[in-house]
This record gives sequence, structure tokens and C-alpha cells, in this order.
Amino acid sequence: MTQIHVSTKINGDAVEFLCEPNETLLDVLRDRLDLTGAKEGCGTGDCGACSVTVDGRLVCSCLMLGAEAEGREVTTIEGMADGEVLHPLQQKFLEHAALQCGICTPGILVAAKALLERNPDPTETETRYWLAGNLCRCTGYDKVIRAVMDAAAQMRGA
Amino acid sequence: MVRVAIWGSLRAATGGRAEVEVEAANLRELLDRLAEAYPGIQPQIDRGVSVVIDGLVYNDSWFTPVRPDSEVVLLPRIVGG
Amino acid sequence: MALDDKHEAEGRVFKIVGTRPIRPDGIDKVTGRARFGADMSAPGMLVGLILRSPHAHARIRSINIAKAEALPGVKAVVTRADFGNVSDDDLRDILHNVMAHDKALYDGHAVAAVAATSTSAARQALKLIEVDYEVLPHVIDVDEAMQPDAPVLHEGRSDETVPAGMSANIMHRFEYGHGDVEAGLAAADEVIERSFKTAATHQGYIEPHACLASMGPDGQADLWCCTQGHYMVRNTCAGILGMEVSQLKVTASEIGGGFGGKTTVFLEPVALALARKSGRPVKMVMSREEVFRASGPTSSTSIDVKIGMKRDGTITAGWAELRYQGGAFPGSPVQFGAMSCFAAYDLANVQAIGWDVVANRPKQIAYRAPGAPMGAYAVESVVDELCGKLGLDRLEVRLKNASRDGTKAAYGPRFGRIGLTAVLEAAKAHPHYTAPLGPNQGRGVACGFWFNFGGDTCVSLNVNPDGTVGVSEGNPDIGGSRAAMTMMAAEELGIPYERVRTTIADTSALGQNDVTDGSRVTFAVGLATIKAARAAITIMCARAAKIWGIDADAVVWEDGHAKPAGPNAGKFPPMSLAEIAAVATNTGGPIAGHHEVNAEGAGVSFAAHLVDAEVDPETGAVKILRYTVFQDAGKAVHPAYVEGQFQGGAVQGIGWALNEEYIYGADGRLQNPGFLDYRIPVASDLPMIDTVIIEVANPGHPYGVRGVGETSIVPPLAAVANAVSAAAGVRLTELPMSPPKVLHAIDAARG
Repeated sequence: MTQIHVSTKINGDAVEFLCEPNETLLDVLRDRLDLTGAKEGCGTGDCGACSVTVDGRLVCSCLMLGAEAEGREVTTIEGMADGEVLHPLQQKFLEHAALQCGICTPGILVAAKALLERNPDPTETETRYWLAGNLCRCTGYDKVIRAVMDAAAQMRGA
Repeated sequence: MVRVAIWGSLRAATGGRAEVEVEAANLRELLDRLAEAYPGIQPQIDRGVSVVIDGLVYNDSWFTPVRPDSEVVLLPRIVGG
Repeated sequence: MALDDKHEAEGRVFKIVGTRPIRPDGIDKVTGRARFGADMSAPGMLVGLILRSPHAHARIRSINIAKAEALPGVKAVVTRADFGNVSDDDLRDILHNVMAHDKALYDGHAVAAVAATSTSAARQALKLIEVDYEVLPHVIDVDEAMQPDAPVLHEGRSDETVPAGMSANIMHRFEYGHGDVEAGLAAADEVIERSFKTAATHQGYIEPHACLASMGPDGQADLWCCTQGHYMVRNTCAGILGMEVSQLKVTASEIGGGFGGKTTVFLEPVALALARKSGRPVKMVMSREEVFRASGPTSSTSIDVKIGMKRDGTITAGWAELRYQGGAFPGSPVQFGAMSCFAAYDLANVQAIGWDVVANRPKQIAYRAPGAPMGAYAVESVVDELCGKLGLDRLEVRLKNASRDGTKAAYGPRFGRIGLTAVLEAAKAHPHYTAPLGPNQGRGVACGFWFNFGGDTCVSLNVNPDGTVGVSEGNPDIGGSRAAMTMMAAEELGIPYERVRTTIADTSALGQNDVTDGSRVTFAVGLATIKAARAAITIMCARAAKIWGIDADAVVWEDGHAKPAGPNAGKFPPMSLAEIAAVATNTGGPIAGHHEVNAEGAGVSFAAHLVDAEVDPETGAVKILRYTVFQDAGKAVHPAYVEGQFQGGAVQGIGWALNEEYIYGADGRLQNPGFLDYRIPVASDLPMIDTVIIEVANPGHPYGVRGVGETSIVPPLAAVANAVSAAAGVRLTELPMSPPKVLHAIDAARG
């Protein structure tokens, strides 16, 4: 299969890569660009572990082709912290012990960030429904929800 | 002599007795003497047993002391998940 | 020790243990830097894929790999023929599960594997492998598999406990009990007998199995994999491949969930065989579909329970027969189900019988307290029904019959110090227990129990020249245990938490370590860490003594410092750990403490769960309104991670009770091998999960720690079933209680 040349932006950096027509964006991130933060939990868009944002929109990268990244801006978990400074969501997840094994954590953080960019003051119910597409098997979601709402409060300056 | 409690389905090997007595000073001797006296127990010992001595569970610790007044209970080998 | 002995830690004021510091591996996990099983690569790496049987039961007449081998890009193809003979029964079953022998025993059973330079070449190669199957009749259901005329998986493997003339699919019969059950039932005012069924479920870890294997021409091999026990992986793979254990070095990646499902091997021996045959590193990652079809789900079960109770709530007799299918090979956890189901009760008359049965399904493996949740579901449901019938308070009845310190457990031994009554009293006193309920709402209560144990453990604690400390242990961290080890080491040494770093060492660095299971890590590795720290302290005191020219016996360790004591007290200023470390080279060499032990003395952990549920009578849908977990942790080293275990186990139990099940077609194939149709709880399904940590110290651990990871999944099936039964007005006896089932039960009761 002839490979496709793609020019895109990832976490603010200009990036070029070659990929097969049927390769997903997730495959490209992990296997070609060494950005292994996004995880494959299911490959069918059911678990959210592969969550990234594309032009500001929350997307399952396993449901998007690598070639579709042409000319777009992709942000992943690797772009969430600002150098050494953690994003408030990352900090609150640590403080609240909102992760155990941590495999779902990148996806949940990316999804939570997308939520707070749209709705800086979500209720518990809104937060739960927004994150319903991110499966976690370890925590039962309790501390995750608390961490997100606490980060939201901090970001509002409340 | 140490009294050892035998669970129900293992009693076929001890002539139906729920409790047997063996001479043993440690866990290894206990299992060896049991197998000698009741050869029908050997297959289960090979499959694995946990031995509870005075309320604590032991797996494979041969030299765990066993006293004549110890309460010893044989259980299938316990694994977790 | 006597039951009223004071615990060695009683009265001790802990500085670090019991607080909530940030876990040491946390930053890597919130930034995406942490490396899990599929996150590793190697130069020249090949992609490995497995060809799986599409039949539930079939004889494999032949496998032709020639065309696959000839495909450009394919570097190796393996089948059972590439593995030698294995004499050990357990190892042989594992081998025949990871690579079929003469029969495919379940839909998804591995029959061949390829390694190629790209995923597309590997997929092409799988299509070119020609397998000649003779399809055989199959059996899926446990009760059907026990019928004398059921299709047989293995001839002649029933052991000596199985009566002659029974189906050859029955591998083992287990029974325990004491007293006279018939007499006990006759003395009861009320006897209830019920039958229950539970479907197979999966641990549902979000990370599929993954590994990267490489082997040199000299037979030295390296393996990177996600596992709960890399020493187990090393020993098992070496055994299967005919290698010496020291030739294989296994490094555990971060693990994305295990819950018992990663306490065995699936891909690893195959990846090593492919690496050996191709001479190149081979990476293998399961797809989600493969995880469901071909890793280790739980047993599905069929259970009968009979319990007698007096009007005053005394349980006069308990009887249960449990039938578990363990998939295609023997070894279902029916014994643990049988042993644990009555454990919360002090019974004069009890009997439990368990049957281990095989069926054409993937071989089961542990799922958090293996076998226990199903048995507890059945027994706790009947206790609940008896309480309802006699108009008795559910917690009062449990308190009345509760196992206490010194009680002879239903399954045999006498309990040491246990926390069941403390847990029940806490539940009774909690506002949740008396909160008002609305229409179509019901409250459920259940207790649970799990054994916990110790096992082989090695810890090496090294003092660095700058006074920081490294702890090396051999147990993959599945719940935050590195934080707990760091805390215990820092507590013993008297230095700040931030000065200690705990790492999981690869198999070349330490001796044997048992798998991370059995809720053993905080207990056993913690115990070894504390002893390793104390050993290092002894050495540091000796160094200070040398410097001061006094007897080593005359030095004590306090607040992270060596201090002269006894006749020399006050003569010399204390030396900090850092100061002693700085002159280690001058005083004898590097300072370390280590401890290797087969840890014994694990305490059992009891729990009680309270749950409120609402049933929609038109759709049968269940909503969990409120959930509180009460569990005995002995001593909560890091309370946030103890709470996390309580909450995670409870939610897995909720999923098991309400939605999760393996659904098979008439053809014996799994119909729902994906997260869309295998429905685990999502954030919008649940309320907050409240937790109450009870601490009844375990005499066998220096700080009183009890393992907590598993007990939390034991009560929820029953607690939720009791709540739903109360809300719906009808007893549900089959799990999961999915909406169609609940609706059917409501409609049937309405008549």
C-alpha cells in the first residue's frame, strides 16, 4: 500500500508523517510519532482511552484516520502540561487520588479539559454525562468526578 | 500428637473421620505423616493445600512449628486475584 | 498470640502512615509518560498476531502454514508443534490454553501465530494459514455440561473426588461442613430454599494484554509485559519453553488494570516462541475482542442454597451446592466460593458442596476474590429473604449470628482477631441505614469476606550517598502500592516521604516474588519493607557506634537519627541518616537492608455494603441511588488508596449485578466481545460511593495492615440484588439483573 504524506500540527508543533490509508490517528500517534499517551483500550470508540482533541473538538483517535489529520491541529495528553507546570486538572487528579492504574487517565484528562473549556461550571451530573464515554475500571469514578469539579472551581478562581 | 481437621470431601481418604491425629513437629512432617497414614490424601496434597495453624494460613512453609495443642485445619490451596 | 494481646503498633503515633501524600508514580501517569504494556518498542521489531478458532469445539486435523511462511514480510509462524512436551500438569494446561493441542476448545482458542514486518502482512499471513477442523458438538452451560450425555472436552481427567458414572466434564468435587444440617433445618421456624444463576463476567481492565519479547541466538531472552506477576511470567514461560529461569529476564511495565486477570500468561510464551524462531523482537497486543474471547473471564455458576432461621433470628443451619464451570480446563474457584459463602456466620450446622466443571469457554482466571462474589450472592439473598419473611432487621440478624474473634469458621479454622462486628455496627449506626426511601426504591444489605494471604516476597532497601533511599520490590503496582511502601519505609526510617523512592525491579534484581494478588502487597511487601528498613537501621546504628567508639547496643534510632543511649546518652550529637550515608564508604561501605520471606499471618478482611436502588417498573431499568462501603482495613496506610479499593470493587460488583454478562449464541460463539455490548458501569450510571474504613489491627503485620483489594467485590452482587428485589417487590435469582430480566420478573409476579 502506498503511504500518504500528512502535514499537521500536534501540541502546537508542526509535524509531518507517512501513514497507510487505513491507519488510524491513534496508530500514527503511538507507532509513528512515539506519542504513547493515548491508549488503545478497544479500537471501536467505546472506551475513550484514545481521546484527543482535533481543532478543539473531543475525538476518539481510534475512529479517525491518520490521513484526516492533514491541515488540522491535534492536542494530546502530552501537550496538557505547560513544561514543568501541570494543568490544574492533572494536579487535582494527583491530590484526589483520582487514578489507580492510570491507563484511562490520559483520555479522561483530555475529555475533562474539553468539558471545562465549554462549561467552566459543570454540575456533578453534567460532569458524569460528559465523561460517560471514558471507561474506568479501577476507581468507580468517585474521585475522578471530585477531582474534575475541584479543578473547575480552582480554574474559575472560586 | 497433633489433631488435624479434614474437610468433608477429603474424609473418603481417612475412613470418614473429620479429625485425625499425626505425630509432627512442623508443617512438612505433618503433611508427610498424613500422606503416609492416609495415601488417599496424596493427590490433594499434590494439587495443593493451605494449612491453617492456630488461625493463620500457611502455604509451603515447611518448618512452621506445630505443637500438640495447635489447632490445625487443612484447606484447599487458596489463591487470590 | 492470645486474642486480647495488644497489637505491637497500638499506641504508636504514626507520622506518615495514615496520611495522603501524592503517589510517586503519579506525575508520569497524568502526563502520559508512564509506559504500559503496549508502549514499548525495539529496533527491528516484528508484529505478532494469533489465529483463533472460530469453533467452540473442534478437533484440529491439520494445520498447513506453508503459504503463510512464504508471504513476503513473514519471519516466523508457530503452532503447538513449536513447543516441546511439558511434564507438569498445570504448565501443560497453560500451554494448551495459549496454543491449542489437538482440539480447539472454545471460540477464540489460539491455534497458530505469525510474526511479520507489518500489521498488514501479519493479518494477510493469518488468512493464508489452512486449518482443517472437524467441528464437534459443544456445551456452554454449567448444568448442561454436568449431564451424563454432554459433549466431553477431556476424557479421563475427573479426579478421585468425583463419583463414578458422572459426566467426564466434572473435574473435582469439594465438600466441607460440620454439625447436622438436617437437624438444624428441622429446628428452624422458617426454611428457605432457592436456586441462583450468575453469568460469566470479565475483569474488564482497560489495557489489553501486551508484550514485547526478544531472544538472542544464545537463548538469553528479554520480555516486557503488563502483568500482575513478572516472576510468575518468567517461571511459567521458562517452563513452557524449556529454558532455565535465569535465561529469561522479565520487566513489568506499568499495568492498566489486572484484578486477577493478569495473574497468568496468554501472549507471552507465544511471543517468545516467535522471537526465538524469527531471531527478532516480537510485539504482541491483544485486541479488545481477543481479550473477551481468549483471556480469562470468571466462571458462570448455578447455586442452590437452603437456610433455616428461628423466629428470633438465629440461623440454625446453612447448606449450599455450588456448580461452577471454569472454561476449557480444570480449576474453577468453586472451592473458594464454597468456603467463603457462609464465613460471616457462626454456624453449628453447615455444609457446602462444590463442583468444578469444564465447558467450551475460555479458561477462567481469578477476578478479585475468585469464586466468592457468586456464593455470597446466593447466601446473602436467602438470608435477606428470611429476614423479610420473619420481619427482622437485616443488620441485627447478621450481628446476632456474626463470626467473631475465636469463632470456628464455617469452613474450618478458628478466626483470630477479625473486624466483622465492628463493620456491622458501623453500618447500623450510619445515617444511610435509616434514610427514607421513596416509591419503587429498595435498600439492600450484604456482608462479604475474603481470605488474603502472604507469599514469597523480597525487598531491598538501599541508602544512597546523599541520604535518599531507594526501595526495590518485585510486585507490580496495581492500586497505588508504591505509595504505601514509600510511606512505610519513610515512617520506619524517620525521614520525609519525598526522600524515598520505590521501584518495581525486574526479575534479575531480586529473588522470587509471588504475584500481586490475594490482597497481599500492602501486607506482605509492606512487612518486608518495614523489616528491610529495620535491618538498614541496625547497620546505621552500628556505623554511628563505630564513629563514637561505643557499643552498637548503646545506640537507638529516633526521628531519622542515630542517638547514643544508655550510659552514653547525650555524649554525642545525634547523626542523621544523611550524615551517616555521607560517610558510608569510610565506615564499611554502602548501606542497605533487605528482607526475603514467605510471608505468613495475613488477616482476613470483612465488609458490609449498603445500597439503595430504584427500579423503573415500566422498563426494568435499575438506578443506584446511594452506596456505602464498610470494610475492615486493619490499618489504612494511605487512606485515599484504601477508599479507592473499596469504591472500585463496589462498582465492579454493581456492573456484575446489573449489566455484565457473556452472551453466547447457539453456535457456542461469544456474541458480545466489545465494550458496547459488554456493558460496564460508566460515570453517568453511578452516584458517589461513600466509604467507611474500619481498623481492627491484624496481629500478623507490624502496623496491623489487612489486605483490602478483594473483599470489596464480594458483597455488591447480593447487596444490589437485595435492593432491587426490595424495590421491584420480587426476588431476582439470576444475574445480571438487566432491564429485560427485571421486567420479566415483575410481570411474572403480577401474574
